[in-house]
Amino acid sequence: MPKRIDPDTETVTFTFEGQIIRARPGDTVASALAASGIRHLRDSAVSGEPRGIFCMMGACFDCLVEVNGQPNRQACMTPVSQDLAVSRQRGGVEVKI
Amino acid sequence: MNNNSITSDVLVVGGGLVGAAIAWGLLDRGLTVTVLDEGDIALRASRGNFGLVWVQSKGDKMHEYARWTRRSADLWPDFAEHLAEETGISPNYEKPGGLHFILSEEEDRRVRAQHQRMHDVNGERGYGAEMLDRQQLDKLVPGLGPEVISGSYCKHDGHANPLLLLHALHKGLGLRGGRYIPDGRVETLERDGDGFRATTSHGSYLGGRIVLAAGHGNKVLGPMLGLDVPIHPEKGEILVTERVAPLLPMPTHVLRQTNEGTIMIGDSHENTGYSTDSVIPVMSGIAQYAIRCFPALRNLRVVRSWGAVRILSTDGFPVYQQSTDFSGAYTINCHSGVTLAAAHAGPLARMIAEGEFEPEITAFSPRRFDHA
Repeated sequence: MPKRIDPDTETVTFTFEGQIIRARPGDTVASALAASGIRHLRDSAVSGEPRGIFCMMGACFDCLVEVNGQPNRQACMTPVSQDLAVSRQRGGVEVKI
Repeated sequence: MNNNSITSDVLVVGGGLVGAAIAWGLLDRGLTVTVLDEGDIALRASRGNFGLVWVQSKGDKMHEYARWTRRSADLWPDFAEHLAEETGISPNYEKPGGLHFILSEEEDRRVRAQHQRMHDVNGERGYGAEMLDRQQLDKLVPGLGPEVISGSYCKHDGHANPLLLLHALHKGLGLRGGRYIPDGRVETLERDGDGFRATTSHGSYLGGRIVLAAGHGNKVLGPMLGLDVPIHPEKGEILVTERVAPLLPMPTHVLRQTNEGTIMIGDSHENTGYSTDSVIPVMSGIAQYAIRCFPALRNLRVVRSWGAVRILSTDGFPVYQQSTDFSGAYTINCHSGVTLAAAHAGPLARMIAEGEFEPEITAFSPRRFDHA
């Protein structure tokens, strides 16, 4: 499991599935969740299997989460900010027609 | 170098969808096959394909092509199953029929006239496409935009994942004992005894027969064996959205939802040489037309885009030819590597193995351009 080199710098808080997560300024949602030991970020739209971070650089689209109600955001490309509400991306988004 | 040459019954130049399908089919007929593939900087039309297995509207002015396309679509279900069984890789082929949206009276008249011209193209087996009015369309695909006035539905149309198809064919090549040479860009081709010699920067390869399936590379390679290849590039760009729950029950000529949930949007036709750039005005044009057809797309994010270069002949139909000066040399050129994959792996590979094209296939000879 990933561990922070310097653990006393977590001054930002946001929520993931309602749980309070502590983060450093400059963290991405993905890095903060990884530091908190959370690996299951979404469920596959195809199989429903759990998925999490993979490339950490915006290429693989495996770390998709819902951020403040917006679906399919890349956790590794979203900087943390105070009181961000993040939740798991559950399968494919339902599109209203 | 001569002593180190690898000898096969057939050399296939090009490891894209066309070359891989033909090679896979030839291997099934007990021939030894070597596939020479260019490096990753090649144009790689097979990697940019939209993934339609499309019958309607194809071959309007050349009914042999309409029948060839239909023949491939008819073979596709068994082809996909066979490939998946053999390799464990499914090309995700589905055949729910396909839809062409019509947004103007003029387009409606054009497509109706085309249906009439093509009505008897397959004799009793029918053309397979029918016009649907707006009410019929609403039952088939809910959520169409107000500008869609009618549509053409063809039950023979379907779609597949072109990358998985290519992957499966390559795995199949290996399993059937074919030899695959990566980074094997062919520099020269020549007669060698009764067969042919292809020389790459790494070495040379001998084959009793040779099939040029190198996409745009055929234009350079063909003349080395007396084969003029009248093809030109045409760019198409594709946008891909984020994954969403099932939304589109069937593919259409401008958008299709993959079984992974992404929606692919495409159908540009650009005369920009061999460029594969994505450009903003074209991408926004593609997106705008797709939203007119299906307004719910406006809320989706685009996550990827790319351009690829189609291989088109002057009249848009395939160019298949057998060299008259160099017996045993073929070039195979088309822009429908996915649709025709089943025909290439089956009947075309058989014709090449037997050394004779069926009479209908001779319609694809470039001699048709001679008196133009």
